[in-house]
Amino acid sequence: MADLTASRTKPVAAPSARKARRMTDLRRQPGFNAMAWGCIVFLYSPIVVLIVFSFNDNRSVVRWTEFSLRWYGEAFQNKGIRNATVISLQVASVATFFATIFATLAALATTRVRAYKGQTLAYAIINQPLMVPEIVTAVSTLALFTIIKKATGVNGIGYLMLAHTVFCIPFAYMPIRARLEDMDLTMEQAGADLYATPYQVFRRITLPLLMPGVFAGAMLAFVVSLDDIIISLLVAGPGETTLPIFILGQIRRGITPEINAVSTLLLGLSLFFVILLFWITRKRK
Amino acid sequence: MPAEAAAAKTRATDPSEPHMILVDHVTKSFGRGEQAVLALDDVSVTIRPNEFFTLLGPSGCGKTTLLRLIAGFELPTRGQILLDGQEIGHLPPYRRPVNTVFQNYALFPHMTVAENISFGLEMLGKPVKEIADTTARMLDLVRMEHLAGRHTAALSGGQQQRVALARALAPHPKVLLLDEPLSALDLKLRKAMQIELKRLQSETGITFVFVTHDQEEALTMSDRIAVMDTGHILQVGTPRDIYNHPARRFVADFIGDINIIDAELESVSGDRGRITFPGGGTATAQLQTASMRPGRVSLAIRPENVELTDPGDARATTQGEIENVVYFGVGSNVHVRLRDGSELIARSAEVKGQTGDRVGVILPDEHLQVIAD
Amino acid sequence: MAAQPDIAAAPADGLAQAQSDARARRRRWLLLAPALLTIGLFGLFPLVITLIYSFLSPGTYGGVTWEFSTNAYTQFLFERDIFDDTLAFSTTYLNIFGRSIGLALVATIGALIIGFPTAYFIASKPPEQRNIWLFLITLPFWTNLLIRTYAVLLIIRDEGIINVSLMQIGLIDRPFGMLYTDGAVFMGLIYSYLPFMVLPLYASLEKLDFRLVEAAYDLYATRFQVLRRIIIPAARPGIIAGCILVFIPGLGAYITPELLGGGKKLMIGNLIALQFGSSRNWPFGSAAALILMVVVMAALLIYVRNAGKAGVRHG
Repeated sequence: MADLTASRTKPVAAPSARKARRMTDLRRQPGFNAMAWGCIVFLYSPIVVLIVFSFNDNRSVVRWTEFSLRWYGEAFQNKGIRNATVISLQVASVATFFATIFATLAALATTRVRAYKGQTLAYAIINQPLMVPEIVTAVSTLALFTIIKKATGVNGIGYLMLAHTVFCIPFAYMPIRARLEDMDLTMEQAGADLYATPYQVFRRITLPLLMPGVFAGAMLAFVVSLDDIIISLLVAGPGETTLPIFILGQIRRGITPEINAVSTLLLGLSLFFVILLFWITRKRK
Repeated sequence: MPAEAAAAKTRATDPSEPHMILVDHVTKSFGRGEQAVLALDDVSVTIRPNEFFTLLGPSGCGKTTLLRLIAGFELPTRGQILLDGQEIGHLPPYRRPVNTVFQNYALFPHMTVAENISFGLEMLGKPVKEIADTTARMLDLVRMEHLAGRHTAALSGGQQQRVALARALAPHPKVLLLDEPLSALDLKLRKAMQIELKRLQSETGITFVFVTHDQEEALTMSDRIAVMDTGHILQVGTPRDIYNHPARRFVADFIGDINIIDAELESVSGDRGRITFPGGGTATAQLQTASMRPGRVSLAIRPENVELTDPGDARATTQGEIENVVYFGVGSNVHVRLRDGSELIARSAEVKGQTGDRVGVILPDEHLQVIAD
Repeated sequence: MAAQPDIAAAPADGLAQAQSDARARRRRWLLLAPALLTIGLFGLFPLVITLIYSFLSPGTYGGVTWEFSTNAYTQFLFERDIFDDTLAFSTTYLNIFGRSIGLALVATIGALIIGFPTAYFIASKPPEQRNIWLFLITLPFWTNLLIRTYAVLLIIRDEGIINVSLMQIGLIDRPFGMLYTDGAVFMGLIYSYLPFMVLPLYASLEKLDFRLVEAAYDLYATRFQVLRRIIIPAARPGIIAGCILVFIPGLGAYITPELLGGGKKLMIGNLIALQFGSSRNWPFGSAAALILMVVVMAALLIYVRNAGKAGVRHG
């Protein structure tokens, strides 16, 4: 008898138990799950559309006809795109190089030390490029560079690289500083205890342990430089068209599948670095 | 008692006594001006060659600071530290033939077990052959040969502990400093490592200076113990000394369970004194110093040394009533209320009597100790 | 027990202490010099130039002429009549400022409405899943803003996928003009800065002790009451931080109104760029830039105060 009732209630109990669990999952708020998934759809669908249609054979960027790498081929043929890519990579490399070195040195001087006079000021200055709206930085830098150019007569891509170095420093600084702060001070004491001189401690202990942070900083700087448009747009002189500037110019002229292809490539490059970065920092933990 | 303290000091740093480390009137304060914190207040202590010496005290007592001063991670504000006759107090850590096992082990995560162990030898510029031989010997000593190529992050707590030991022993320092190295291990592993540490110490013949807040650990492993509190060394002695003859109320309280009884010191003869209890009864007790004068004193006696008997027993020092009996496995604690209202605990394997019974309390002379506050 | 160990720890003996202190100080500033000089000279100093420029007169072909003038500031509120040189109150630029602040505010509120449930959802997930969600939310932020905005443009324009699909299923027979409207800019702003909202919200919701929620249920609160009385108050620092982090870049946005507003629906960012470009009125552009910066700094000050009070640290 008892067995019978048990077997009879079972199939009914399963779904209702599930429902009951849902109702008693106290963390849930109605509609919040849907909103979160909607958020992801909202963030990713335009990008997905862009990527998908970059592989469309048709000239239309709306109607799908056939898969093709045609627009990538054309993009590679395009001299403007090629030049812009070279400029972008040059600027990003130089800016990353200097920004990472400067940020590493600064991080060594601002972390793990007794509070000292001017520390807050130093910290504020390093983060200054993050606090000022980009458009303001862009026009002020333009104003300064115009004065310097007029006074010295020196022109060139160095100005653009310099402008990028400035705003790359705080981005490179963040992960390096975080890494240093997480670093166990006793590691260095252990090194000194085992007869390593201060230089040997830095070379054999501090620097190797800091390296993941330095890599992360360099990658962030590179991505940020590669993606910059506003400052480059105002500061870049003739013949210094970076890839984003080139793309903006093309968009203003009209939408072509070629832009989709270049955009996808640039997107892919940034994603590659960021995912790599995520993976490295995750692995290290 | 300044005279007494001065006497203790000269005794602690007698240069004629053989020493490995001689801490001589060392003071260490952190911070400056108003906020300065005194971590060590004019501390002197002698650590002998080849001994297992323990600094024992509650957190904040200055034991770790003293260890860090010997290691060279901190420099003394005043005073000097001698190692085998040589002043080392102001040398950087890498110039001191002293190695440390850190509380969190501080193994280099970017190096393998073997690389960690050979690091010190490498920094000393030893020949490659010697480095390889010593490293192999150390791996063998701590039974880690099979994990030589592993990265240290993948090791268990006990394994990390052994690598840290091998790394610190590899350069064959004159002194090995251990900063609560067992605190991160679970109880069972801790017991095993206590024996292991003792073995390593006798095998290598290196002087060990061990910091802990665990009195049981200190009593188990040490040749001698220094009990510290608030920047002072209160007592130095063998585990038996410290346990049986605590000199100060803090030492008595900190190590094991102890009864502290208020009493009156009637007269002094040599190092013994005549005591009367407020609830009646008299006894003769051991004095810590000969300079004690009659008056109110504190008496210390371990619960296991208190004996209970019939109220009429002629051997009874004083009288009381059983308040409570608490069973704890291997024995019981009997809480006795004395006539003057103070409480006393007697510990024994079996208990005669129950709550409410009147009992005679025997406080044997040889276990009664007059202590300073 | 030992005070905070310090790698620059120095012997306490008077002279040696002073010497090593001086050495540590010199080393510190030497390490800081490259970063501080670069940012100081080419990040901070230009702002001073902008301040000076805003009080000069425009040059004919861009740039400035060294003649003191407050015209750049009066130009915001008044229009100078070309014929009789009188000043008449004009709302042209005030409108642009108002529009910018309005759009940035509305976009902030929109981002909050979308971001809050998302952040809460992530915080209530098991820790391993949280990281993946956070990664997905932050990933777009590290990709090119121009390209993301372009992607939005692609789908909302007249020939875009939304309009075409709607026409195909017969819901509309003419494209529904979304591009070059305030709505498009609003959506673009949310799209660009949503991660800035979700991250601080998540940071404060993650710290929420769910036992408090259980306690509230135990005391007969409904789900909505729990949300309003327990969860939202706990998320307050995150809400303020998120709102300011979205509002600031939203206010200074350039690319979004440029592409999605079609250059007709100007925001401050475009106005400033325009003055340094085709309008060739650098002093006016400088003044506008400074005014924008003052607003942003005020918002940042609220943020810093709030963060300090709540004890929340943001990297």
